[in-house]
Amino acid sequence: MFAAAAAAILVALALAITRAIKGPTVFDRVLAGNAVGTLAIMLLAVVGFLTERPEFLDIGLTYGLLNLIGTLSVLKFFRHGDLAYDVDREPKS
Amino acid sequence: MRLAVELASWGFILLGSFFTLVGAFGLVRMPEVFARMHSASVLDTLGVGLLIAGMCLQAGFSLVTLKLLFLLALFFFTAPVVTHALAQACLHEGIKPRLVEDRRGTAGPRPSDPDDGRQP
Amino acid sequence: MRYVSLAGLLFAFWLALSGHYTPMLITAGALCSVACVFAAIRMRSADPEGHPIELFWGAITYFPWLFVEIAKSGWSVTKVILHPGLPISPTMTVVRASQKTPAGLATYANSITLTPGTITVEVNGNEFTVHAIVRDGALDVEDGRMDRRVSRFEGAA
Repeated sequence: MFAAAAAAILVALALAITRAIKGPTVFDRVLAGNAVGTLAIMLLAVVGFLTERPEFLDIGLTYGLLNLIGTLSVLKFFRHGDLAYDVDREPKS
Repeated sequence: MRLAVELASWGFILLGSFFTLVGAFGLVRMPEVFARMHSASVLDTLGVGLLIAGMCLQAGFSLVTLKLLFLLALFFFTAPVVTHALAQACLHEGIKPRLVEDRRGTAGPRPSDPDDGRQP
Repeated sequence: MRYVSLAGLLFAFWLALSGHYTPMLITAGALCSVACVFAAIRMRSADPEGHPIELFWGAITYFPWLFVEIAKSGWSVTKVILHPGLPISPTMTVVRASQKTPAGLATYANSITLTPGTITVEVNGNEFTVHAIVRDGALDVEDGRMDRRVSRFEGAA
Protein backbone atom coordinates (compact mmCIF):
# COMPACT_ATOMS: atom_id res chain seq x y z
CA MET A 1 0.00 0.00 0.00
CA PHE A 2 2.79 2.41 0.86
CA ALA A 3 4.52 1.42 -2.35
CA ALA A 4 1.38 2.43 -4.28
CA ALA A 5 1.26 5.78 -2.47
CA ALA A 6 4.97 6.32 -3.16
CA ALA A 7 4.42 5.56 -6.85
CA ALA A 8 1.51 8.02 -7.02
CA ILE A 9 3.59 10.72 -5.35
CA LEU A 10 6.46 10.09 -7.77
CA VAL A 11 4.13 10.45 -10.77
CA ALA A 12 2.73 13.66 -9.24
CA LEU A 13 6.30 14.91 -8.76
CA ALA A 14 7.02 14.28 -12.43
CA LEU A 15 3.89 16.27 -13.40
CA ALA A 16 4.82 19.16 -11.09
CA ILE A 17 8.35 19.26 -12.52
CA THR A 18 6.84 19.32 -16.02
CA ARG A 19 4.97 22.46 -15.01
CA ALA A 20 8.13 23.95 -13.49
CA ILE A 21 9.98 23.45 -16.77
CA LYS A 22 7.13 24.59 -19.03
CA GLY A 23 5.69 27.38 -16.85
CA PRO A 24 5.48 30.57 -18.91
CA THR A 25 5.77 32.96 -15.94
CA VAL A 26 8.02 32.88 -12.92
CA PHE A 27 4.94 32.42 -10.71
CA ASP A 28 4.10 29.13 -12.41
CA ARG A 29 7.56 27.97 -11.50
CA VAL A 30 7.24 29.13 -7.90
CA LEU A 31 3.87 27.37 -7.62
CA ALA A 32 5.34 24.19 -9.09
CA GLY A 33 8.35 24.49 -6.79
CA ASN A 34 6.06 24.74 -3.79
CA ALA A 35 4.11 21.70 -4.97
CA VAL A 36 7.39 19.80 -5.39
CA GLY A 37 8.29 20.69 -1.81
CA THR A 38 4.92 19.46 -0.53
CA LEU A 39 5.24 16.22 -2.47
CA ALA A 40 8.80 15.71 -1.26
CA ILE A 41 7.61 15.95 2.34
CA MET A 42 4.86 13.40 1.70
CA LEU A 43 7.38 11.16 -0.05
CA LEU A 44 9.66 11.41 2.98
CA ALA A 45 6.82 10.37 5.29
CA VAL A 46 5.72 7.50 3.05
CA VAL A 47 9.27 6.21 2.57
CA GLY A 48 9.74 6.47 6.34
CA PHE A 49 6.78 4.12 6.77
CA LEU A 50 7.92 1.90 3.92
CA THR A 51 11.33 1.32 5.49
CA GLU A 52 9.93 1.37 9.05
CA ARG A 53 12.06 4.33 10.04
CA PRO A 54 9.68 7.02 11.32
CA GLU A 55 12.60 9.36 12.10
CA PHE A 56 12.09 10.60 8.55
CA LEU A 57 9.10 12.57 9.84
CA ASP A 58 11.40 14.95 11.73
CA ILE A 59 13.17 15.73 8.49
CA GLY A 60 9.76 16.24 6.90
CA LEU A 61 8.75 18.78 9.56
CA THR A 62 11.97 20.74 9.09
CA TYR A 63 11.59 20.64 5.35
CA GLY A 64 8.03 21.95 5.65
CA LEU A 65 9.24 25.02 7.54
CA LEU A 66 12.03 25.57 5.01
CA ASN A 67 9.56 25.22 2.14
CA LEU A 68 7.40 28.03 3.52
CA ILE A 69 10.32 30.36 4.14
CA GLY A 70 11.91 29.58 0.79
CA THR A 71 8.76 30.22 -1.22
CA LEU A 72 7.93 33.44 0.62
CA SER A 73 11.45 34.83 0.29
CA VAL A 74 11.56 34.05 -3.43
CA LEU A 75 8.21 35.82 -3.87
CA LYS A 76 9.35 38.81 -1.84
CA PHE A 77 12.54 39.02 -3.82
CA PHE A 78 10.67 39.05 -7.12
CA ARG A 79 8.20 41.63 -5.86
CA HIS A 80 10.66 44.16 -4.45
CA GLY A 81 14.05 42.98 -5.72
CA ASP A 82 15.19 43.21 -2.12
CA LEU A 83 14.70 40.92 0.86
CA ALA A 84 14.96 43.72 3.43
CA TYR A 85 12.15 45.80 1.90
CA ASP A 86 10.00 47.54 4.50
CA VAL A 87 6.56 48.66 3.32
CA ASP A 88 6.09 51.10 6.19
CA ARG A 89 9.44 52.80 5.62
CA GLU A 90 9.21 53.30 1.87
CA PRO A 91 7.38 56.27 0.32
CA LYS A 92 4.60 55.08 -2.00
CA SER A 93 5.58 55.35 -5.62
CA MET B 1 -11.46 -4.30 14.68
CA ARG B 2 -7.88 -4.61 13.50
CA LEU B 3 -9.16 -5.41 10.02
CA ALA B 4 -11.48 -2.40 9.97
CA VAL B 5 -8.63 -0.03 10.87
CA GLU B 6 -6.47 -1.64 8.22
CA LEU B 7 -9.17 -1.25 5.58
CA ALA B 8 -9.85 2.36 6.56
CA SER B 9 -6.18 3.24 6.33
CA TRP B 10 -5.99 1.55 2.94
CA GLY B 11 -8.95 3.60 1.79
CA PHE B 12 -7.53 6.87 3.08
CA ILE B 13 -4.12 6.30 1.53
CA LEU B 14 -5.53 5.28 -1.85
CA LEU B 15 -7.91 8.28 -1.86
CA GLY B 16 -5.04 10.55 -0.85
CA SER B 17 -2.91 9.21 -3.69
CA PHE B 18 -5.81 9.78 -6.08
CA PHE B 19 -6.27 13.40 -5.02
CA THR B 20 -2.51 13.99 -5.14
CA LEU B 21 -2.48 12.74 -8.72
CA VAL B 22 -5.52 14.85 -9.61
CA GLY B 23 -3.93 17.98 -8.15
CA ALA B 24 -0.68 17.44 -10.02
CA PHE B 25 -2.58 16.63 -13.20
CA GLY B 26 -4.54 19.87 -12.87
CA LEU B 27 -1.25 21.71 -12.35
CA VAL B 28 -0.28 20.64 -15.88
CA ARG B 29 -3.72 20.87 -17.45
CA MET B 30 -5.03 24.26 -16.31
CA PRO B 31 -4.65 27.12 -18.79
CA GLU B 32 -3.38 29.97 -16.59
CA VAL B 33 -1.61 30.62 -13.33
CA PHE B 34 -4.64 31.53 -11.22
CA ALA B 35 -6.46 28.36 -12.25
CA ARG B 36 -3.36 26.32 -11.48
CA MET B 37 -3.34 27.59 -7.90
CA HIS B 38 -6.75 26.02 -7.33
CA SER B 39 -5.58 22.59 -8.41
CA ALA B 40 -2.44 22.97 -6.30
CA SER B 41 -4.70 23.64 -3.33
CA VAL B 42 -6.50 20.32 -3.94
CA LEU B 43 -3.09 18.69 -3.66
CA ASP B 44 -2.19 20.68 -0.54
CA THR B 45 -5.38 19.98 1.40
CA LEU B 46 -7.14 16.82 0.29
CA GLY B 47 -4.14 14.86 -0.97
CA VAL B 48 -1.90 15.60 1.99
CA GLY B 49 -4.74 15.41 4.53
CA LEU B 50 -5.98 11.99 3.45
CA LEU B 51 -2.49 10.53 3.11
CA ILE B 52 -1.62 11.70 6.62
CA ALA B 53 -4.92 10.39 8.00
CA GLY B 54 -4.17 6.98 6.49
CA MET B 55 -0.66 6.95 7.94
CA CYS B 56 -2.01 7.97 11.36
CA LEU B 57 -4.30 4.93 11.35
CA GLN B 58 -1.37 2.74 10.35
CA ALA B 59 0.87 4.11 13.12
CA GLY B 60 -1.63 3.61 15.91
CA PHE B 61 -1.46 5.72 19.06
CA SER B 62 2.15 6.83 19.43
CA LEU B 63 4.58 9.71 19.05
CA VAL B 64 4.62 9.08 15.31
CA THR B 65 0.91 9.94 15.12
CA LEU B 66 1.57 13.15 17.02
CA LYS B 67 4.34 14.09 14.61
CA LEU B 68 2.08 13.37 11.65
CA LEU B 69 -0.57 15.62 13.17
CA PHE B 70 2.03 18.39 13.60
CA LEU B 71 2.91 17.97 9.94
CA LEU B 72 -0.78 18.25 9.01
CA ALA B 73 -1.23 21.37 11.15
CA LEU B 74 1.88 22.86 9.57
CA PHE B 75 0.41 22.30 6.12
CA PHE B 76 -2.98 23.68 7.04
CA PHE B 77 -1.48 26.87 8.41
CA THR B 78 1.21 27.51 5.80
CA ALA B 79 -0.46 26.43 2.55
CA PRO B 80 -2.99 29.30 2.47
CA VAL B 81 -0.28 31.82 3.36
CA VAL B 82 1.86 30.72 0.43
CA THR B 83 -1.10 30.62 -1.97
CA HIS B 84 -2.28 34.06 -0.91
CA ALA B 85 1.22 35.54 -1.26
CA LEU B 86 1.57 33.97 -4.69
CA ALA B 87 -1.81 35.23 -5.92
CA GLN B 88 -1.17 38.73 -4.61
CA ALA B 89 2.30 38.83 -6.18
CA CYS B 90 0.80 37.69 -9.52
CA LEU B 91 -1.83 40.41 -9.43
CA HIS B 92 0.65 43.12 -8.52
CA GLU B 93 3.04 41.98 -11.21
CA GLY B 94 0.31 42.86 -13.71
CA ILE B 95 -0.77 39.35 -14.69
CA LYS B 96 -4.45 39.72 -15.47
CA PRO B 97 -6.51 36.65 -14.61
CA ARG B 98 -8.68 35.48 -17.49
CA LEU B 99 -12.18 36.05 -16.16
CA VAL B 100 -15.59 34.96 -17.33
CA GLU B 101 -17.25 37.39 -14.98
CA ASP B 102 -15.76 40.17 -12.90
CA ARG B 103 -18.03 40.85 -9.95
CA ARG B 104 -15.63 43.18 -8.19
CA GLY B 105 -17.62 46.23 -9.28
CA THR B 106 -21.10 44.78 -8.77
CA ALA B 107 -20.78 42.61 -5.70
CA GLY B 108 -19.43 45.18 -3.30
CA PRO B 109 -17.46 48.36 -2.90
CA ARG B 110 -14.42 48.67 -5.15
CA PRO B 111 -11.12 48.06 -3.41
CA SER B 112 -9.19 51.30 -3.28
CA ASP B 113 -5.71 51.55 -4.79
CA PRO B 114 -4.91 47.91 -5.65
CA ASP B 115 -1.12 48.37 -5.47
CA ASP B 116 -0.93 49.38 -1.86
CA GLY B 117 0.91 46.24 -0.76
CA ARG B 118 0.24 47.08 2.85
CA GLN B 119 -1.34 44.47 5.09
CA PRO B 120 -3.83 45.89 7.55
CA MET C 1 -1.93 33.47 31.92
CA ARG C 2 -1.23 33.76 28.22
CA TYR C 3 2.52 33.49 28.85
CA VAL C 4 2.09 30.42 31.05
CA SER C 5 -0.02 28.65 28.43
CA LEU C 6 2.48 29.56 25.71
CA ALA C 7 5.36 28.17 27.77
CA GLY C 8 3.40 25.00 28.55
CA LEU C 9 2.54 24.52 24.91
CA LEU C 10 6.15 24.98 23.82
CA PHE C 11 7.33 22.52 26.47
CA ALA C 12 4.76 19.95 25.34
CA PHE C 13 5.95 20.47 21.77
CA TRP C 14 9.54 19.85 22.89
CA LEU C 15 8.57 16.66 24.71
CA ALA C 16 6.57 15.39 21.75
CA LEU C 17 9.33 15.98 19.24
CA SER C 18 12.30 14.86 21.31
CA GLY C 19 11.24 11.38 22.44
CA HIS C 20 14.15 11.18 24.92
CA TYR C 21 13.26 11.72 28.56
CA THR C 22 16.51 12.10 30.50
CA PRO C 23 16.58 14.75 33.28
CA MET C 24 19.17 16.78 31.40
CA LEU C 25 17.11 17.04 28.20
CA ILE C 26 13.88 17.81 30.06
CA THR C 27 15.60 20.64 31.95
CA ALA C 28 17.02 21.95 28.70
CA GLY C 29 13.54 21.87 27.18
CA ALA C 30 12.00 23.77 30.06
CA LEU C 31 14.72 26.42 29.90
CA CYS C 32 14.31 26.74 26.13
CA SER C 33 10.53 27.20 26.39
CA VAL C 34 10.93 29.91 29.01
CA ALA C 35 13.58 31.63 26.89
CA CYS C 36 11.27 31.45 23.86
CA VAL C 37 8.44 33.05 25.84
CA PHE C 38 10.73 35.91 26.89
CA ALA C 39 11.82 36.37 23.27
CA ALA C 40 8.16 36.40 22.19
CA ILE C 41 7.34 39.04 24.81
CA ARG C 42 10.21 41.19 23.63
CA MET C 43 9.06 40.75 20.01
CA ARG C 44 5.52 41.67 21.12
CA SER C 45 4.15 38.55 19.45
CA ALA C 46 2.72 36.93 22.60
CA ASP C 47 -0.45 39.05 22.32
CA PRO C 48 -4.03 37.96 21.56
CA GLU C 49 -3.14 37.92 17.85
CA GLY C 50 -0.02 35.79 18.16
CA HIS C 51 -1.28 33.27 20.69
CA PRO C 52 -5.09 33.37 20.69
CA ILE C 53 -5.97 30.99 23.52
CA GLU C 54 -9.48 32.51 23.67
CA LEU C 55 -10.24 30.81 20.37
CA PHE C 56 -9.51 27.32 21.67
CA TRP C 57 -13.08 26.23 22.43
CA GLY C 58 -14.36 27.66 19.18
CA ALA C 59 -11.60 25.87 17.29
CA ILE C 60 -12.72 22.45 18.51
CA THR C 61 -15.98 22.70 16.61
CA TYR C 62 -14.74 25.00 13.84
CA PHE C 63 -11.99 22.79 12.41
CA PRO C 64 -14.14 19.68 11.83
CA TRP C 65 -16.66 21.91 10.07
CA LEU C 66 -13.85 23.35 7.93
CA PHE C 67 -12.62 19.84 7.05
CA VAL C 68 -16.08 18.91 5.79
CA GLU C 69 -16.19 22.12 3.71
CA ILE C 70 -12.74 21.35 2.27
CA ALA C 71 -13.79 17.83 1.35
CA LYS C 72 -16.96 19.06 -0.36
CA SER C 73 -15.35 21.82 -2.40
CA GLY C 74 -12.28 19.68 -3.10
CA TRP C 75 -14.51 17.06 -4.67
CA SER C 76 -16.20 19.64 -6.89
CA VAL C 77 -12.82 21.03 -8.03
CA THR C 78 -11.67 17.46 -8.71
CA LYS C 79 -14.69 16.96 -10.96
CA VAL C 80 -13.82 20.17 -12.82
CA ILE C 81 -10.20 19.09 -13.30
CA LEU C 82 -11.10 15.63 -14.57
CA HIS C 83 -13.98 16.80 -16.78
CA PRO C 84 -12.93 16.38 -20.43
CA GLY C 85 -14.25 19.82 -21.38
CA LEU C 86 -12.47 21.61 -18.49
CA PRO C 87 -15.54 23.73 -17.62
CA ILE C 88 -13.87 26.53 -15.67
CA SER C 89 -15.47 29.95 -15.36
CA PRO C 90 -13.01 32.09 -13.33
CA THR C 91 -14.69 34.86 -11.39
CA MET C 92 -13.37 37.63 -9.17
CA THR C 93 -15.50 39.09 -6.44
CA VAL C 94 -15.32 41.22 -3.32
CA VAL C 95 -16.64 40.08 0.05
CA ARG C 96 -16.93 41.97 3.28
CA ALA C 97 -15.75 40.24 6.46
CA SER C 98 -17.68 40.84 9.65
CA GLN C 99 -14.96 39.72 12.07
CA LYS C 100 -13.54 42.25 14.51
CA THR C 101 -10.21 40.88 15.69
CA PRO C 102 -7.14 40.40 13.46
CA ALA C 103 -7.07 36.70 14.38
CA GLY C 104 -10.69 36.31 13.22
CA LEU C 105 -10.01 38.11 9.94
CA ALA C 106 -6.93 35.98 9.32
CA THR C 107 -8.92 32.82 10.06
CA TYR C 108 -11.61 33.81 7.58
CA ALA C 109 -9.11 34.75 4.83
CA ASN C 110 -7.13 31.56 5.36
CA SER C 111 -10.29 29.45 5.39
CA ILE C 112 -11.33 30.92 2.04
CA THR C 113 -7.92 30.17 0.59
CA LEU C 114 -7.76 26.72 2.15
CA THR C 115 -11.01 25.53 0.60
CA PRO C 116 -10.09 24.45 -2.92
CA GLY C 117 -11.70 26.56 -5.62
CA THR C 118 -11.46 29.94 -3.92
CA ILE C 119 -8.40 32.10 -3.19
CA THR C 120 -8.19 35.34 -1.25
CA VAL C 121 -6.11 37.48 -3.57
CA GLU C 122 -6.17 40.78 -1.77
CA VAL C 123 -6.93 41.87 1.78
CA ASN C 124 -7.87 45.50 2.28
CA GLY C 125 -9.12 46.22 5.77
CA ASN C 126 -12.14 43.95 5.99
CA GLU C 127 -12.69 43.66 2.23
CA PHE C 128 -11.36 40.52 0.63
CA THR C 129 -10.89 40.17 -3.12
CA VAL C 130 -11.62 36.54 -3.93
CA HIS C 131 -10.78 34.59 -7.08
CA ALA C 132 -12.93 31.53 -7.71
CA ILE C 133 -12.43 28.91 -10.38
CA VAL C 134 -16.12 28.39 -11.06
CA ARG C 135 -18.84 31.03 -10.85
CA ASP C 136 -20.80 29.07 -8.25
CA GLY C 137 -17.81 29.15 -5.92
CA ALA C 138 -17.78 32.96 -6.00
CA LEU C 139 -21.53 33.12 -5.37
CA ASP C 140 -21.12 30.69 -2.48
CA VAL C 141 -18.50 32.93 -0.85
CA GLU C 142 -20.65 36.04 -1.40
CA ASP C 143 -23.49 34.22 0.29
CA GLY C 144 -21.53 34.58 3.55
CA ARG C 145 -22.14 31.15 5.08
CA MET C 146 -18.47 30.77 6.00
CA ASP C 147 -18.34 34.38 7.21
CA ARG C 148 -21.11 33.73 9.72
CA ARG C 149 -19.49 30.49 10.85
CA VAL C 150 -16.13 32.21 11.44
CA SER C 151 -17.85 35.03 13.31
CA ARG C 152 -19.48 32.45 15.56
CA PHE C 153 -16.10 30.79 16.08
CA GLU C 154 -14.63 34.17 16.98
CA GLY C 155 -17.51 34.99 19.28
CA ALA C 156 -17.23 31.67 21.13
CA ALA C 157 -14.31 33.13 23.10
